[in-house]
Amino acid sequence: MNEQATIDRDAAACLRAPVGMLAELTHRCPLQCPYCSNPLALERVAGELPTETWLSVLAQAADLGILQLHLSGGEPTVRRDLEDIVAQAAKVGLYSNLITAGVLLTRERLQRLAECGLDHVQISLQDTDAANADRIAHYQGGHARKLEVARWVRELGLPLTINAPIHRQNIGNVSAFIDLAVKLGAQRLEVAHVQYYGWALRNRQALMPTRTQVIESAGVVEEARQRLKGVLVIDFVVPDYYASRPKPCMGGWGRGIVNVTPSGKVLPCHAAETIPGLVFDNVRDKPLRDIWLSSDAFERYRGTDWMREPCRSCEFRERDWGGCRCQAMAFTGAAENTDPACSLSAHHAAFTGLADSESARAPQEFVFRRPAAATK
Amino acid sequence: MIDTPAPGRTIIGAQSVPTLPRHVRLRHDATRDQWTVLAPERVFKPDAIAVAVLRLCDGARSVDDIAGELARAYDAPKQQILADVTAMLQDLADKGVVRA
Repeated sequence: MNEQATIDRDAAACLRAPVGMLAELTHRCPLQCPYCSNPLALERVAGELPTETWLSVLAQAADLGILQLHLSGGEPTVRRDLEDIVAQAAKVGLYSNLITAGVLLTRERLQRLAECGLDHVQISLQDTDAANADRIAHYQGGHARKLEVARWVRELGLPLTINAPIHRQNIGNVSAFIDLAVKLGAQRLEVAHVQYYGWALRNRQALMPTRTQVIESAGVVEEARQRLKGVLVIDFVVPDYYASRPKPCMGGWGRGIVNVTPSGKVLPCHAAETIPGLVFDNVRDKPLRDIWLSSDAFERYRGTDWMREPCRSCEFRERDWGGCRCQAMAFTGAAENTDPACSLSAHHAAFTGLADSESARAPQEFVFRRPAAATK
Repeated sequence: MIDTPAPGRTIIGAQSVPTLPRHVRLRHDATRDQWTVLAPERVFKPDAIAVAVLRLCDGARSVDDIAGELARAYDAPKQQILADVTAMLQDLADKGVVRA
């Protein structure tokens, strides 16, 4: 009976097996962007998983039904074993996406990665203005270097996505970002308004655009989508502080995405460690399949049983899944509450009011992303 | 909405020879027993007809050839199939899944 129940559960879980894995190979990064999605407490190199564990995790991921692998960080190219990891992804049939700042890559290494079977490269740019981009990343010469790497990506025949994190200190250049992406031969552009977690939450006042600016940026994207149909795919990520409905964060908790941290912890989303009381299993101790199916952290907010009102009886509960648990935690003090981005949340007016008032004041100095900076 | 296509846009016609770019993969997903198209940050789930079309996008057959084969296989009028296949491939080309 027990065995039968286990099998049934396994079959059900396979039907909703994760599609994507975000592999945060390291928290080391030469850039210091003040909106980094990494946690304020950065993992040190000594705590990082060894090569053989990552290779095993990728094989387990493919076996579990994961299709796409996002190699991220920190900066994934600081790992000297990145070639081995990419080759393993190709071997087990995972579609590999390198999410990189680019500044540490040489053309030779990029070519090696392509030969190992890398499928796609995503390069972030901090602005279209080189001086401002370098200021935001706190890295002299970074922007010029990124443009050079983007050209190599195309020369080597790899597809390119440009990631443009948008905030009040570069939002005037959305149109210029679109022109630059076309010029670089990118197939895809992410115009991604900063999401306020981790370092971005710490720097929210310095980053939050006004409502008018956000609406204008949406208009620019919509016009370009029509004009560049078939040339450039533009994904637009809106800042939910000005939304009326919450985003279906991670496509629903424990539904489609699994995140592995540099030290091997398996999280339902990259900010999940900000929720007190959740216990995260580690790939060093347990098979990935077991963690996905039954770990406390994944089970806690999976589905709809955990919901309170107004989510519990809401007609959208299986579309937005109550929004983001981490944002509910950070803003309302309880992860079980409705995401304050939802207009049905009792906290919604305070949430949007905060964005309006913070964006109206002159921006504070950035707290740059570096170990121990968060506590200053 | 816009009549003049942007420079660089792939326009599919009967003589186009469509193919999947190197970075787009059509594969059968054993876990879900379903065909999938893997592309950057995208997972498409093509229906049976789209799978049949994509499997013929080998860089050798033209759209006209593909429509002819499908018309024979499904015993359907070729002109109708050609119109449907052209529209489908144009949509996929605009999503970056097919080039010609």
